[in-house]
Amino acid sequence: MKTIILRTASDYLLPLLLLFSIFILLRGHYLPGGGFVGGLIASIAFVLHAFANGLENTKNLLRLHPGYLMPLGLLVATLAGLSPIFVENLPFMTGIWFQEPLPVIGMIGSALFFDIGVYLVVIGVSLTIIFTITESA
Amino acid sequence: MLLTLYKLMLIAILTGFLFSIFLVFAGKYLKGRLAILSALVPLGLFVYFLNFSKRIANGEVISQTFEWVPSLGVNLGFTLDGVSLIFALMITGIGFLVFAYTAAYLKGHEFLDRFYGYLGIFMAAMLGVVLSDNIISLFVFWELTSISSFFLIGFNNKEEASRKSAILALAITGTGGLLLLAGVLILGNVAGTYSIAEMLSSKEVIADSAHYILIVLLIFGAAFTKSAQFPFHFWLPGAMKAPTPVSTYLHSATMVKAGVYLLMRFTPVLGSTELWNSTLIIVGATTMVYAAIHTIFRTDLKGILAYSTISALGVLVFLIGLGTQDALLAACVFILVHALYKATLFLVTGIIDHETGTRDITKLAGLRKVLLPVAIAGILAAISNAGIPPSFGFLGKDLIYEATLHFGNSAVLLTILAIVTNILLLYAGFLAGIKPFTGKLPTTFEKVHLPSFLMWLPPLILATLGILIGLFPSIIQGSLIQPAVTALGESGSEIQLKLWHGFNLILALSATTIGVGALLYFIMKPSQKLENGIAKLEFIAPQTLVEKFGFGFGKFSRFTTGLIQNGYLRYYVSVIILFLVILTGYTLIQNTKYVFDYDSFSVLTVYEVLTVLVMIVGILFTVFTKSRLAAVAAMGVVGLAISLIFVYYSAPDLAMTQFSIDTLTVILFVLVLYKLPKYLNFSDYKVRIKDGVLSLVFGALITVLALEVLSEPQGSQLTDYYAENAYVLAKGKNVVNVILVDFRGIDTFMEIAVLTIAAIGVFSLLKLRLTSKNRR
Repeated sequence: MKTIILRTASDYLLPLLLLFSIFILLRGHYLPGGGFVGGLIASIAFVLHAFANGLENTKNLLRLHPGYLMPLGLLVATLAGLSPIFVENLPFMTGIWFQEPLPVIGMIGSALFFDIGVYLVVIGVSLTIIFTITESA
Repeated sequence: MLLTLYKLMLIAILTGFLFSIFLVFAGKYLKGRLAILSALVPLGLFVYFLNFSKRIANGEVISQTFEWVPSLGVNLGFTLDGVSLIFALMITGIGFLVFAYTAAYLKGHEFLDRFYGYLGIFMAAMLGVVLSDNIISLFVFWELTSISSFFLIGFNNKEEASRKSAILALAITGTGGLLLLAGVLILGNVAGTYSIAEMLSSKEVIADSAHYILIVLLIFGAAFTKSAQFPFHFWLPGAMKAPTPVSTYLHSATMVKAGVYLLMRFTPVLGSTELWNSTLIIVGATTMVYAAIHTIFRTDLKGILAYSTISALGVLVFLIGLGTQDALLAACVFILVHALYKATLFLVTGIIDHETGTRDITKLAGLRKVLLPVAIAGILAAISNAGIPPSFGFLGKDLIYEATLHFGNSAVLLTILAIVTNILLLYAGFLAGIKPFTGKLPTTFEKVHLPSFLMWLPPLILATLGILIGLFPSIIQGSLIQPAVTALGESGSEIQLKLWHGFNLILALSATTIGVGALLYFIMKPSQKLENGIAKLEFIAPQTLVEKFGFGFGKFSRFTTGLIQNGYLRYYVSVIILFLVILTGYTLIQNTKYVFDYDSFSVLTVYEVLTVLVMIVGILFTVFTKSRLAAVAAMGVVGLAISLIFVYYSAPDLAMTQFSIDTLTVILFVLVLYKLPKYLNFSDYKVRIKDGVLSLVFGALITVLALEVLSEPQGSQLTDYYAENAYVLAKGKNVVNVILVDFRGIDTFMEIAVLTIAAIGVFSLLKLRLTSKNRR
């Protein structure tokens, strides 16, 4: 499936799609989007790249096995959930927020970090499954 | 100071476990000459428990509770009273000798450290059983004894017979453990507490409750399996495949006595009812006579000892069943008597086996000439076993007759049963303790030499104790026996243990027992013929029946597994869907009113109609196409059409997710299918129709379900709550996302955890398969 058109396109599509996925992730709290969809879009970006350039090249591009994103994401989500306990002595998973919005991103709170955790886990899970199946099929 | 002492009880129990963990790291250093050092662990514990004897003798009951799972009423509550002390001393005392003996018996064994590890766990678990006041923690320790004994019995795991015995023992005692769990849970519910001490005050409540019979039967099931009562006795002879130190430890003082302990412990709580007493008497009497008769037919020393152990356990159960003060006293004394002489005989057998290489009683003779200290130990133990004065066994036997003679109407029958059992036990004891040492030494054994003192000293100590206590029963009278009988709910303070009671009926019975037994020993000769004779009856033995049942059960589960878990994913999917259809469909038919509010449905638009048409075309194409790739692509079209529908009904989040998932699924399929051969005709016409009908029914079911959910009023309340509070409470305008990351964030958290597990599963399944293929 290594066509020149797809390969050339995928070089441009990969960063664009990744950017788009982050955009979707960040806007999730106010507009359609969120960590889950964002993660899926990012996975699609990598899968497309693997489609066009071969799995080995994508793996080289990633350097680390995507499986490592799963514990990382779980860790981020856990810390986000735990943060209210440490910061304001509130129960697990209570939403806490910074007072002032940040430019471009908007309001930042523990929910956003939780969503980032979801985002990372989803990328890790879908890429791990797809890469593993591709390798052994 | 007192508090620290109390606390030590938990530490004392944990010591064995800690010792075993320590061995994991330091085992290789303990394999050589240092092996003997491990005997210090039980010795230290023995001294520790001995320290309590004075306070126990003064009538104190020492108890200490640690909170473990307080919300479930499960605490680590430990109580040390007379009964517990007897058992704790046996466990640690005989444990010490067995640990020391093992150092020589398994000297240089490759897995000596492992063996000590198992022994340590087992000892700790046994201590936990006899010290626990909380019945849940008692159950936990009880299970630990079953598991650790599994490893001990199957220690020679390269022999098939050994593994089989271990599994059999685990199956029987494990079943008993489950019964115990059920029993203690019901008991705890009825009594309102899991503490045995607290149950004593609600004895009437328990006895009057509707579940009393069930509780008693379950506890009996646990005790009978553990203590090898007929018809569950057969795991015990099999367990003789274990190295002799294990047999000694498990069958003289610990494992099998756990069931007896359980019955004793629950006597004050559940006892003194017709059900309790009669069942125990019948089962105990059957076991003791049945097993005692069996000893005649054995030629293997360990086999003889195994059956005489079962018989002795029957005696104990029988005595607990009698339940009078006399009988409970006799039980307490007989436990000690039996532990002392049976441990000696096992250890002696171990030495004989170790030095001569055989345990065949028909071949062994005259060993006194080469193994003198061992012979002394064996003969002393046989004397105590026979109940010849002035041994401790004489005392024990007197008390047994005393108990049966004073038991109302059936005194004569019970006494006769006890005498028959004792005669046969005496015969067995003589065979094991005297026969190998008397007569002419066969030439083949002339080169046999005495092993290290580590091996012959322990049995000698135990055998001497058996005589010493007989001569001076006051050693144990106040410190052990009186508090133990008190702990069983009888008044124990006036008990006097005496060797000589004057000329009376009991003395005459004792004399008869000894006389007839000795006569039997001189007339009967154990022979292979007898053993072969009994083997003919094997087909109706409980063991055969159980094994047949187990075999049949295995066949049955192979059959059902083959039927249900046949490895074809397509069947799994059909079965799951069929099950769902039947279950949900049944409930739907029962409870649905089918009143749908058609007015609330929105009007169909052209876009929706077109999209649905596209979906239908996609579905038909999927079903009828001849190419896999086309089928997958058509499925993708259906998925995209669904996400379009989400868009029409203003659910952009769902649409986006559906869109991405669908894309990924198609890609995944293509990646896999790319490598597969061309479409084969998997299913014939009939199967396709069956699947099609199933799918249609399932789809209809989901449709009805969805309509039902819409007509439920509660749904909208929840929706309103989320819609109103998303911004107020969670500062988000996208309600779906707020629900996911905030309102129901923990659900999401669990879901990503599950996703991770699934990915790890896929990864390891496929990767492991690859490596094993490469290895081949």
